[in-house]
Amino acid sequence: MGHIVAQTKGADMFSESNEASEIEETMKRIQSHKGVVGTIVVNNEGIAIKTTMDNTTTTQYSGLISQLSDRARSVVRDLDPTNDLTFLRIRSKKHEIMVAPDKEFILIVIQNPTD
Amino acid sequence: MNDQYVYTKKRSEYGRQCMFSDDGPKVETILPVKAHFEDYILKNPVHRGTQIGSVLAEHEANTVRAEYDQHGMNHTEGGWPRDVNPADEEQTMRYRKKVEKDESYHPSILQLSHAMEHTILQNNAVNIYESYFDEYDQVSIAERATARTVNVYRDPSSVKRPVTHLSWSPDGGARLAVTHCNLEFQRAPPDLTTFSYIWEVENPNKPQLVLKPLVPLVCLEYNPKDPNCLVSGMYSGQVAFWDVRRGSQPVEMSALEPSHRDPVHNVIWINSKSGTEFFSASTDGQVKWWDTRKMFEPSETLILDMVKIGEEQSLSRAMGASSLEYEPTIPTRFMAGTECGNVLSCNRKGKTPPEKIAAKYSAHLGPVYALQRNPSFVKNFLSVGDWTARIWNEDCKESSIMWTSNHNTPLTDGAWSTTRFSVFYVTRMDGTLDAWDILHQQREAILSVKVCDDPLQCLRVHDEGQLVAVGNSNGTTYLVEFSESLVSSNRNDRPLLTAMLERESRREKILEARTREIRLKQRTRADKAAVPQTEDKPRREESIVTEIEKSAANEFLALIEKEMKTEEEDKHSERDDMTVEIEVELPEEGDDDKDGAEEDIAEDIE
Repeated sequence: MGHIVAQTKGADMFSESNEASEIEETMKRIQSHKGVVGTIVVNNEGIAIKTTMDNTTTTQYSGLISQLSDRARSVVRDLDPTNDLTFLRIRSKKHEIMVAPDKEFILIVIQNPTD
Repeated sequence: MNDQYVYTKKRSEYGRQCMFSDDGPKVETILPVKAHFEDYILKNPVHRGTQIGSVLAEHEANTVRAEYDQHGMNHTEGGWPRDVNPADEEQTMRYRKKVEKDESYHPSILQLSHAMEHTILQNNAVNIYESYFDEYDQVSIAERATARTVNVYRDPSSVKRPVTHLSWSPDGGARLAVTHCNLEFQRAPPDLTTFSYIWEVENPNKPQLVLKPLVPLVCLEYNPKDPNCLVSGMYSGQVAFWDVRRGSQPVEMSALEPSHRDPVHNVIWINSKSGTEFFSASTDGQVKWWDTRKMFEPSETLILDMVKIGEEQSLSRAMGASSLEYEPTIPTRFMAGTECGNVLSCNRKGKTPPEKIAAKYSAHLGPVYALQRNPSFVKNFLSVGDWTARIWNEDCKESSIMWTSNHNTPLTDGAWSTTRFSVFYVTRMDGTLDAWDILHQQREAILSVKVCDDPLQCLRVHDEGQLVAVGNSNGTTYLVEFSESLVSSNRNDRPLLTAMLERESRREKILEARTREIRLKQRTRADKAAVPQTEDKPRREESIVTEIEKSAANEFLALIEKEMKTEEEDKHSERDDMTVEIEVELPEEGDDDKDGAEEDIAEDIE
């Protein structure tokens, strides 16, 4: 029985590392797309969990974007309570900030659009 | 009187509650005491007001204000939970790792990244915010020109008199001054009013001001620098100075003797330092300069008589002026259009009469009704008279550089548009207002508006270019508004128009040079003939001109005959080959002129 437990544990750990590596892979893939400047994963507290950019920029982005995303979501839900925010794109002169919100996490990607 | 009341109380009863009791009403009879009457005096009756109303009291109440303060939040560090110290690297790392281990982390991230990748690729594929055609300028669509009558101002007097002159006020053209005068000699009925009006553009029902001179006004002009001052020329030859603040009477009128001897047809303000100078022209052949401060006599007079140096000008020989032109940017020069169809270009600063009347252009077969320089191309001017409108270049004295074909009805007035400099307007005797745009069509007017059935007498273009006021012989003034295409000009217009005017001027100059050459040759040939010249110069020139005309006519006729002959030969050769078919064809082709001529020739031969 212990074996089995150990095996399942092992399996768990294996799947976890699988998951972790999967996420790593995904993040790397995203980062490697043309024009992508950086990627940030932010939790609902506004803390950056994973990032490919330097610390100061990351904290700036995470704080500001999470506030904006919350505000945008409240706008959409105020207008129609059955609706919800699926994606947010902020296009500026220099680059585009894409925000994919979720219940607990926010994925932020900064990309230079094709010109 | 004693105001005291003394009472005693037991010490133990101090502070005891007062027990009040009711005492029933007592009826007292207090009779008036006559003796008291002397102690009193009667008071004067006074008014006293009483009011029955509920007594109200005013209170102010203010709730406690909530204090608002706006702060921004500097979110430098996210909402770390209490136990994690943000400054501590290890703790934050540990926290992050803990979050990553969270169950929901993995699937949500995968899901999000899926959507994200899609958008990233989308972005890379197409630039969705690209704006096309940025570098191309807005090309205006060539629309048809349209016009509509916006307002109608009728002569308020019962007997209608024709409109003789219109003038817009300089303050953006909010007011229009209209003069009415019956110019037919001694045809005016005796009860004709002498009034002229200033209308507000918005209100066609009643004129804003009625000007009541002693003699009817023929022309009236606003001072371009002052919207309150006007100057007018009268039927009697006098000029008057008006101020709208003064009312219906002129501020000052010139004396009768030094004024003109015929109705004054044109007055124009001069661009001077004092802003009080103007000049007037009349059909008696004189041009007079006046100053509004000193109206009893003109400051200067010029007789429109072209004389050589040394000869005297004479009023009896002078040409009556029917129109006057003055460009404020060229202060010392002006042009006068005469009744015999000539345009005289004059210089005020000349010392002798020949210097003053610098040049003469033979413009029209009848009086020159309108004369105006193009606001952007001051060397070119428009003249309107008889049945045509002509555009001239100052340097080409022989003929105009561009002219319209003869209209069906005589033209009465014309003016350039103030905003689009290739457009000019012309009024006709059949009540039509034509708008010509020489950049689009030179052959005919780009727009003809039939404003009314009576002949249109005069026109004036508004400063902003979109409105044109026209007056007819029945005393009615119409305000016509034109579409954008006649009002605004594109960037290309100026160089195109310059090129066109240059080209036409050059053509005229070449023609002029050629005629001069031919004339010179003729003259030298005539000299060589060595017959003693008993004819004087003008007649010789005339004979040369007629000779040139004859030779030109002969050439032309010879050319036509040649053409006709070649056509005949063609016809003959065709006829030999084919039979009945040709003869059947001929009557069908009757609408084409050339074939008509062939038909005639065929008939002649037959």
